[in-house]
Amino acid sequence: MASGMTAFKGYGKLAFLGSLLSLLGFSGTLPARADSTLVTDISSHLISVTSDFTGTELLLFGTIQSSNADDFNNGDLIITVRGPRKDVIVRKKDRVAGIWMNTKSVEFDQVPSFYAIVSNRPVEEIASATSLHRLRIGPERLDYRSTKAAHDTAPFKQAVIRQRTAENLYSDQEAAIQFLGTTLFRTNIALPANVPVGDYVAEFYLFRDGDLISAQSSPLFIKKSGLGRTIYDFAHNYAILYGIAANIVALFAGWIASVIYRKD
Amino acid sequence: MSIYLPIAEISVNLFVILGMGGIVGLLTGMFGVGGGFLMTPLLIFVGIPPAVAVASVANQITATSVSGVLAHWRRGNVDFKMGLVLLIGGIFGSIAGTWIFTLLKAIGQVDLMISLCYVVFLGIIGGMMFVESINAMLKSRSGNVRRKKLHQHYWIHGLPFKMRFRKSKLYISALMPLGIGGLVGILSAIMGVGGGFIMVPAMIYLLGMPTTVVIGTSLFQIIFVTANVTLLHSMATQTVDVMLALLLMSSSVVGAQIGTRFGMKLKGEQLRGLLSLLVLIVCIKLAIDLVITPADVYSLTIPGAD
Repeated sequence: MASGMTAFKGYGKLAFLGSLLSLLGFSGTLPARADSTLVTDISSHLISVTSDFTGTELLLFGTIQSSNADDFNNGDLIITVRGPRKDVIVRKKDRVAGIWMNTKSVEFDQVPSFYAIVSNRPVEEIASATSLHRLRIGPERLDYRSTKAAHDTAPFKQAVIRQRTAENLYSDQEAAIQFLGTTLFRTNIALPANVPVGDYVAEFYLFRDGDLISAQSSPLFIKKSGLGRTIYDFAHNYAILYGIAANIVALFAGWIASVIYRKD
Repeated sequence: MSIYLPIAEISVNLFVILGMGGIVGLLTGMFGVGGGFLMTPLLIFVGIPPAVAVASVANQITATSVSGVLAHWRRGNVDFKMGLVLLIGGIFGSIAGTWIFTLLKAIGQVDLMISLCYVVFLGIIGGMMFVESINAMLKSRSGNVRRKKLHQHYWIHGLPFKMRFRKSKLYISALMPLGIGGLVGILSAIMGVGGGFIMVPAMIYLLGMPTTVVIGTSLFQIIFVTANVTLLHSMATQTVDVMLALLLMSSSVVGAQIGTRFGMKLKGEQLRGLLSLLVLIVCIKLAIDLVITPADVYSLTIPGAD
């Protein structure tokens, strides 16, 4: 496949082409030394966030198809799930005259609001630092950058990872992919209650001896539905009416309480 | 049991939110403070984005204040005339305050200014109220209640536009409550609060209103301030989460009723003493936060969200 060839040469376009291929129903095969192919899917491509949403588990699974039956080395797998991108300002506090105040700040553009990575063993053992960097695999190798960075942005980037990890929005699980037999694999990624809504992409990478031999990607949408969706749309489309309604609700609630308690 | 908040975009425990509403509502009924200075940090602590917390709390305070005002009004403890005069001053004050806030934001360091404002004002008000209420309690205990002069005349009483406030038992210049309303309006626009904890002491000490009338009158005034804030936030930032506000108000309106009853059983100086303790605790907490080394010196914000 010609498109597959191009993708293999230009790693940067891989994700885009992968998603295009999977959308078209192709199994995004990449020509490589070993004839191994990934066939993958996720448990749900559309997750509805309703008012009783408390987070959910996403099941990612697939099989490695090898034309060479004697080939017992199935290789290594890395799976990532990336959420919608948003700009982020990171501020650093310093002590000035005994008081902690914000002194430095860095604005990062297009930071993924969710990022989960799972692999069957530590990613650094699977592939070289160079190829991981080129493929943007791992939270510290994501491709967002600051447009006007006046100082070293590395500690600010680390702060993003640290705080997002604390909020369960970034996760890094090594050795969390289970192989069932020699070719089937599955893993779970937890989507927490505070998971941002928007467009997601799940990417599957198959490595063998440090080389990328196959990659796949699947789109995933997380969106609000039910009453929550209605409230959100109302707040954004009819802002003045929403504000008036909120005040009427408040007046009514206060009045009800006082009527109930009037007796004594 | 969890519930997903559509604007905050986070799922929260129902009972935690109801509990917080109930406790803050209790304080509202007792002291006539909106409780925003307590509720907002609590909500941020459980993971609600700050902008959503501020706007939704304003909506909830409107409900609690209505509940509280009606409870106090049945007991004849609301001076509507005084409330209106304060409110007129407050409207002009908040316009000026919003302008100052924009100016501070342009210079930067608005967060620090807010924190310092809080520490200074909470410290002064809390400290003064604490000392005064302790003195009053000691005096009444020793039984040595000296009869105060019925009328103490200051230069303030020479001001024009005198008005009679029957409920407050005052005959003073309308410029006094207008000025106080204006000052509180400025501060509450800068600090993002209803202003109850500044208004209540100002009415007691600067205007000389009886403590029992102060609480109901302060709540009456707060209704309009927070209703306006809710409307402005709905239009400008879309950060009012009615689901969150509804949960908070469903328990806080009940808390306000119970708080009112509880407050009626206490003497004026006891109420003032308790409120001053509350104010001092918040002040000390804020002062410590400014000085101690934070857990993480880095903080994340989404542009345009605050």
